Amino acid sequence: MNLTLGLQHYLVVAALLFSLGLVCILSRRNAIGLLMGIELVLNSANVNLIAFAHFVEGGISGQVFALFVIALAAAEAAIGMAVVLAIYRSFKDIDISLTADLKE
Amino acid sequence: MTHATGQVMPVILTVTFPDLLFFFLAGLILACSVLVAFSRNIIHSAFCLLGVFTGVAGLYGLLSANFLAAVQILVYVGGVLIIILFAIMLTRGIQDARHSNPSNGLVSACVIGAVVAVVLITIAIGFPWKIKPVGEVASTIPGIGDALLGHFLIPFEVLSVLLLAALVGAVHLIRKEIKSEEKGEGQG
Repeated sequence: MNLTLGLQHYLVVAALLFSLGLVCILSRRNAIGLLMGIELVLNSANVNLIAFAHFVEGGISGQVFALFVIALAAAEAAIGMAVVLAIYRSFKDIDISLTADLKE
Repeated sequence: MTHATGQVMPVILTVTFPDLLFFFLAGLILACSVLVAFSRNIIHSAFCLLGVFTGVAGLYGLLSANFLAAVQILVYVGGVLIIILFAIMLTRGIQDARHSNPSNGLVSACVIGAVVAVVLITIAIGFPWKIKPVGEVASTIPGIGDALLGHFLIPFEVLSVLLLAALVGAVHLIRKEIKSEEKGEGQG
């Protein structure tokens, strides 16, 4: 029996990573923990894109798209942390259940 | 490499080095992401995120995306993770980090996550993907360069504008709050 790594192995890892990121997003009350969950989800999407680029016909587009996702994730992290710090300055806490009000 | 045609290959589980590497990286990624999702200490979550990012970079390397692996290390480990650690240090003292990462609705979140995982894995295993024959694996860096400055030129430029806008936006968000805080202190 020969064990060969296929597309499915990578897709299963990415699916589990996505689900753990989703659990993190749904359950965290700390805003930074929430952003970590978003990073997990974006990474699982990238694993999928690159696995498809490697195993399925379609040229290089998957890797270019993953590059775009990485750049978007970096921008999202910078903006997200700025928002977290702004929330911390006005609420003295980053518990996102405090931020249900639009106005202080 | 020469093939010995007369010999009969023994029927054993042949595990090559990339397979072992894949299972090691998959274990690293999943263990670290479990800790990211469930750890009660946000510092532990942040450092486990390091394991996830480096493991994913290793998977990119296994998938012949060497440039993406380097970018993953540079941007995620060198950029995003540092931003996250800075934000943790700036918002919470180290001393109260022990109970800094509360969760609520963990049971329902786990149920939703498990359902999503089952659906995604069923699709991933069951769907008849059009697998291409594995040929010669070459470096993808020239292809990425050609695609970015050829077919994907407009999205590439839009992305650079977006990064500039994100930079200006982040600075604006922080700066405005400092100004209003100073004004409040001056009044009080």
